[in-house]
Amino acid sequence: MRLPLELLVGLFAQFALLSLVAFGGANSVVPEMQRLAVESHHWMSDKEFTALFAISQSAPGPNLMIATLVGWKVAGVGGALVATVAICGPSCLLTYWAAKAWDRRRNSAWGRAIASGLAPVTVGMVSATAWLLLRAADLNLRLGAISATTAIVAYFTRLNPLWCLAAAAGLGLSGFL
Amino acid sequence: MIAAPNARALFLTFLGIGLSGFGGVLPFARRALVERRGWMTEGGFNETLALCQSLPGPNIVNLSVVVGSRFAGAYGAFASVFGLVAAPVGLVMVLAGLWGRFGAIGHVASAVTALSAAAAGLVAATAARMARPLLSGSPLLGGVVMAAAFVAVGVLRSPLPLVMLVLAPLSVLAARWRAR
Repeated sequence: MRLPLELLVGLFAQFALLSLVAFGGANSVVPEMQRLAVESHHWMSDKEFTALFAISQSAPGPNLMIATLVGWKVAGVGGALVATVAICGPSCLLTYWAAKAWDRRRNSAWGRAIASGLAPVTVGMVSATAWLLLRAADLNLRLGAISATTAIVAYFTRLNPLWCLAAAAGLGLSGFL
Repeated sequence: MIAAPNARALFLTFLGIGLSGFGGVLPFARRALVERRGWMTEGGFNETLALCQSLPGPNIVNLSVVVGSRFAGAYGAFASVFGLVAAPVGLVMVLAGLWGRFGAIGHVASAVTALSAAAAGLVAATAARMARPLLSGSPLLGGVVMAAAFVAVGVLRSPLPLVMLVLAPLSVLAARWRAR
């Protein structure tokens, strides 16, 4: 077993690197995170990693929290904080500078082309995310009905979506499903 | 134009976004920034999100950096990120502890399953809402690129960086050519 400080520094360095290659969001580096935590360092079993991932998905908040939980598993609260800062910090700094550069150029001809060219790629990716989530979540007709109802309510009304989520969780808890 | 929010307003808004975002923050971010606060237009949100998705890192965290720095500089960026991340990180650790003790109970597991289904529906509605300004502008070009990104990522399961690397330059070039 290595010294805790050495462990934390190693955790920070590896997650900071992941932060800079996480194109498309934190979920795109989950397979690499799994490889590091399970296969390279033997911090946890594959089953434990999968459970941590499910927990990170069922909590509110941005989807980077699988990193938090890996850090937590490895080195407690300190590890969780180090992993969280490492997975956000470098990409945040990069975005900060990129956004400044972008705001200076956005009204040039190329700036407008970049904006209108990237937008449909983004919407396509969000649609793909929706599709993949629906496929994973809708295991039966009742779950499909929950997804469809939520989608319709969220699209056509301005009702706070938390009501749909609470109703769904309530249905699940009551044993209706 | 609505008055620029200060760091405190940014912190509180992103705190709310982070804590609402069960199963994905994007629907709540769009709702808060575009529909409730009016800090961004529909098109401005899409454009900013596109910038954030073409950079590495968690997209919504990047979005909070851009929105925060645009309204209140580096301090605003920090306030936004901190607001977005701090509370969920605390909560997820509590949840991990609880899950370890109660996760095996059937009703808890099925509540989480139902929650995932609702969250997926929510993302579908967000995608549909995001597509609206796009399809009213240049429906053919936008629609083709959108469909290509959807098929590549959702059906063929191509790696995101690769899709971005191929589709983004093509789509930008096409948009530049159209604007001539």
